[in-house]
Amino acid sequence: MDFELTKEQTMIQKMVREFAENVIKPRAIEIDKEALFPLDIFEQMGELGILGIPFPETYGGSGGDTLSYAIAVEEVGRVCGSTGLSFAATVSLGASPIYYFGTEKQKETFLRPMAEGRALGSFGLTEPNAGSDAGGTKTTAVEDGDDYIINGEKCFITNASFAKTIIVTAVTGKNNRGKNIISAIIVPTDTKGLTVTSNYDKMGVRGSDTAEIVLDNVRVPKDNLLGDPQKGFSQFLYTLDGGRISIAALGLGIAQGSLEKALSYAKERKQFGKPISNFQAIQFKLADMAMEVELARNIVYKAAWLKDHDKPFSKEAAYAKLYATETAFRAANQAVQVHGGYGYMREYEVERYLRDAKLLEIGEGTSEVQRMVIARQLGC
Amino acid sequence: MNIYVLLKRTFDTEEKIVVSDGRIEDESAEYIINPYDEYAVEEAIKQRDEHGGEVTVVTVGDEESEKQLRTALAMGADKAVLINTEDDVEDGDQYTTAKILESFFEDKEADLILAGNVAIDEASGQVGPRLAESLGINYVTTITALEIDGESANIDKDVEGDVEKIETALPVLVTCQQGLNEPRYPSLPGIMKAKKKPLEELEIDDLDLDEDDVEAKTETIDIFLPPEKEAGKVLEGEIDDQVKELISLLKNDAKVL
Repeated sequence: MDFELTKEQTMIQKMVREFAENVIKPRAIEIDKEALFPLDIFEQMGELGILGIPFPETYGGSGGDTLSYAIAVEEVGRVCGSTGLSFAATVSLGASPIYYFGTEKQKETFLRPMAEGRALGSFGLTEPNAGSDAGGTKTTAVEDGDDYIINGEKCFITNASFAKTIIVTAVTGKNNRGKNIISAIIVPTDTKGLTVTSNYDKMGVRGSDTAEIVLDNVRVPKDNLLGDPQKGFSQFLYTLDGGRISIAALGLGIAQGSLEKALSYAKERKQFGKPISNFQAIQFKLADMAMEVELARNIVYKAAWLKDHDKPFSKEAAYAKLYATETAFRAANQAVQVHGGYGYMREYEVERYLRDAKLLEIGEGTSEVQRMVIARQLGC
Repeated sequence: MNIYVLLKRTFDTEEKIVVSDGRIEDESAEYIINPYDEYAVEEAIKQRDEHGGEVTVVTVGDEESEKQLRTALAMGADKAVLINTEDDVEDGDQYTTAKILESFFEDKEADLILAGNVAIDEASGQVGPRLAESLGINYVTTITALEIDGESANIDKDVEGDVEKIETALPVLVTCQQGLNEPRYPSLPGIMKAKKKPLEELEIDDLDLDEDDVEAKTETIDIFLPPEKEAGKVLEGEIDDQVKELISLLKNDAKVL
């Protein structure tokens, strides 16, 4: 076994950390408070190749691996959950499905701009009545000559207001057992009939764009169908498995940030004549946080490593997502507690970590769904 | 243009220095490219992009220095050379490094050599100038601007906050001061390409040098941390009384008046 990062992974970690510290961190409070999507930060990340990490150079990517990508998400999440979430969503959900399942032409047209960092992408799966139950999808795509005509509604879609393309899931027919066939179709956001509105007032990850989409007779060429029309469902599952690693990495980043803030505050804050880090009540919290952060890191990196080595990673991705995001919530919660009254104030940032962490236990498969995935892998 | 950068691996600026048994503990320390050398790498890349040619980054160090060389390659340098002295040199000093570099540069036709103003660890600022002297080329230290036009270089040199304008001929060695440029982040594609760029590893043997040739001219007698700063004193009471007390303290206690 080898727990060492490669030189490239170490360099990527260092570079993204410096970028996050110097460019994102000073803006994190404002991004949250004003709920402003930091488009200019994404432009800079694009120029540095951060948005194209897991895609090969032939498609305009940086030629890195899943582990490097997870490390980058962790470093961004360590300073800003909002930026981390939009970063993870555009890469794992907006761009990756096209890389996994797209035709050469689709990769050239739709993946390249995202891999080169010139465009953002979204994945439109969730509907008002279909979330974890993707089979309940109501959106339809009906064939009409060389086109599909898509009608339906999507909700809670990350990045949609700033995306060039949205991969929309829709019912395209019924199989011989009478079950809905669900396919994925690439819809450019400037297509007529597509309306994106972003009116959500969220608890956390407030600077990450979340939008509703209405598709009213949206006409796209059949060429935009992504992957095998019969295997739409297993394609999402693969996509979501990959996405889980990135959300896990984001949770890891928030947990790490919470630990660092709690530790440095505990060493500075004096009560009863000594730093509160001298008290066991605080020490035990910090010890638990540090241990859980490291355990979360181990499983996140392992899931990424498995994916990079073309081994099954579905179960480990669910472990990672479940454990790292719940660790993030616990660590942020304890960080607020260690800070006492100050922790409740925006200025000290840990309350934001707590609000941001909560989303991670819900988005891209709730903690409960992760447990279902794991149980299914156990043969239940 | 044939451009060379002299690079040193140093302690991270955020690292806490711990001294035990007269040595600095470096077991768990993080290392970086000496920040002044980062200006040199950045400037070398800019000059190459403007005038063409090739940037070679050279370091005298050990196996671990490869990380910093790879980072320079990721920023955009073309080649790297690691002169590994791990097995041959025990306690080198500035003389050692300059002597090794002199041998390295003997058969190179460098047009421009860039180095940091000082390394943040020992801060001698000697290696650059010593090397230029022994190669018999011009040198300018602490530069904040560099314009190359054909065979001549127009340079701004920082002199304690003022600027001296210097015109000199190539080849020239310069040492870089803060303000010269803003070093870029290595881009992701840059990092991935860096592993394919050539990194040559040499030992002093390859440069026809013996251990005796490069033996340090100095000896370190002691290493110690500055004394800890004592808590300050806040004066209280009426302003007039405070002033009187302050004057008295400065005269009698601190004896600076």
